[in-house]
Amino acid sequence: MSISILTGNDAAAHAARLARVQVVAAYPITPQSPVVEMLSKWSDQGDLQAELVRVESEHSALTVCIAAATVGARVFTATSANGLAYMNEQIWWAAGARLPVVMCCVNRALAAPWNVLNDQQDSMSVRDAGWVQLYCRDNQEVLDTTLQAWRIAEELGLPVMVCYDGFLLSHTVMPVDVPEASAVDAFLPRHEPIPVIDLARPRNVGPVTFADPRANADGVICHGYMELRALHQEALTRALQVIPRVERSFAALFGRSRGALTWGHLLDDAEVVLVAAGSIGVELTVAAEALRAEGVKAGVLGIRAYRPFPAEALRQALQGRRLALVFDKAMSYGHEGPICSDVRSALFGAPGAPPVFGAVAGLGGRDAAARELAEVARRALADLDRGVRQRPAEWVNLQLEERA
Amino acid sequence: MAEQSGNPTAPGARRDMHEIRWHGRGGQGAVTAAKILAEAAFHGGFKGVASSPSFGSERRGAPVTASTRLSSEPIRLHAQVTEPDIVVVLDETLLAVGNATAGLKPGGTLLVNTARPPSAVPAPAGARVVTADVSAAATEAGLIVAGSPMVNTAILGAFAAATGLVDLDHLRAAIEGSFSPAAAEKNFRAAQIAHAATRG
Repeated sequence: MSISILTGNDAAAHAARLARVQVVAAYPITPQSPVVEMLSKWSDQGDLQAELVRVESEHSALTVCIAAATVGARVFTATSANGLAYMNEQIWWAAGARLPVVMCCVNRALAAPWNVLNDQQDSMSVRDAGWVQLYCRDNQEVLDTTLQAWRIAEELGLPVMVCYDGFLLSHTVMPVDVPEASAVDAFLPRHEPIPVIDLARPRNVGPVTFADPRANADGVICHGYMELRALHQEALTRALQVIPRVERSFAALFGRSRGALTWGHLLDDAEVVLVAAGSIGVELTVAAEALRAEGVKAGVLGIRAYRPFPAEALRQALQGRRLALVFDKAMSYGHEGPICSDVRSALFGAPGAPPVFGAVAGLGGRDAAARELAEVARRALADLDRGVRQRPAEWVNLQLEERA
Repeated sequence: MAEQSGNPTAPGARRDMHEIRWHGRGGQGAVTAAKILAEAAFHGGFKGVASSPSFGSERRGAPVTASTRLSSEPIRLHAQVTEPDIVVVLDETLLAVGNATAGLKPGGTLLVNTARPPSAVPAPAGARVVTADVSAAATEAGLIVAGSPMVNTAILGAFAAATGLVDLDHLRAAIEGSFSPAAAEKNFRAAQIAHAATRG
């Protein structure tokens, strides 16, 4: 065991190095830049045997990863916010082409207004694109989850986005156990390239696909668009089994387990369950303990896998509770927080399902301290005691009245 | 299924936690100081250590802050430190303009890089004031960059003397992990000089 004091960005870079990535392409953006700076330094020192491709934009960064993954390379990229938005077309390509691209999304608010600080609007905005999305609680989880991402990606033929909070994790140092390269090699064997380009067997990669199945040049019937999309959905559904299995295999080798699809804190007898993804979940564990000190049985349910969404696990975990209070660091503008919507939809019609209240917190880096999160829970409980079952989301620490 | 983590009877996060806020100017290395302190404290036996910069963009010369939390248990708070036990000021002009002592807990420690004695430093009632001429220590150790003393490692020597939360051996290990051998020697020397020059 070798503990180092690392930022989340350091942890992500170590994971890419230990995974022996073969191609890295990225474009700098705060707060992601140090990940690629570190990989670039290691490449220069000869500690990383990867092709680093310098590109002029995020769109090209992901395009390089798509091309390299198409010919079988293990690839890595990282971005944030507007960089992710600029990749959007290729986000869908990587997923639809079923390529095992691993990308760290260092969560940051989307402009406008311009802001470099943390929320999760960037990754939430591409939740429907068909990537696996995993959210990290702390820097150890950034390293461990990124390593697990390649196993999941390569088994399922799906891109995986490892999401971690900008600045709160990306720029905060904390103790991280960095495994030995040999141990990681045992967990993540060398990637076997797929011989896509073979002169003896010419193929057409990425042809136009029609609505209905039809024969190719050899007379073989090929899937139509809808069949390929159904298989894509099936792979994501299968990820609900693969993610926990990969996590168990990781735990067996490295001796630490942080939860698979979800994680819990003080859940067993909890009547009020605070639900969230990412580092705010850790802050919520402190809030839950403060509530327990006052006699309120509170617990935390953290979402680790957001796509695929662990609906069944949530139905089981939330059945029979008094209240689920969901904290979103993003909005589906004009409706509500995305995790809140998904929890409501998972619970709809389920026996013993609690009311679901939403809260929106931390947009654009607004601090949300544990004591303030506990206050939100107290107000939600007061509403519940008054008989409220549906209410609009509370915007945590909003200060509209401060404007002159 | 969700998995249980943590000890259900774990006490509140505040037990045995030391919250430190750093005040410096962009380019002085407050963020590096906070990171090296976290490393030294971990070497010294604190299980939970976390340091982060003030979030956002930094400009040379502009006031910057950083936060450090040290605890016997893993740190579970990510919000910035607003009620510090210890405030460290790398540039004494920030006492007047930087609101450096805001939120300092009663009985908390204010450590200032200044040639003045503790009694000459304006401080909130009840604060314990400690001073050290850290700029002079850095200068004596030959840590001059672009004409200014680099005070970020020297201040750690004063921090060790002022608080006892880390000692010079742990600082040496953390400094050696952060610099080349030649640079580490100078930086540790600066910390030693500042350690000896700490008053209050």
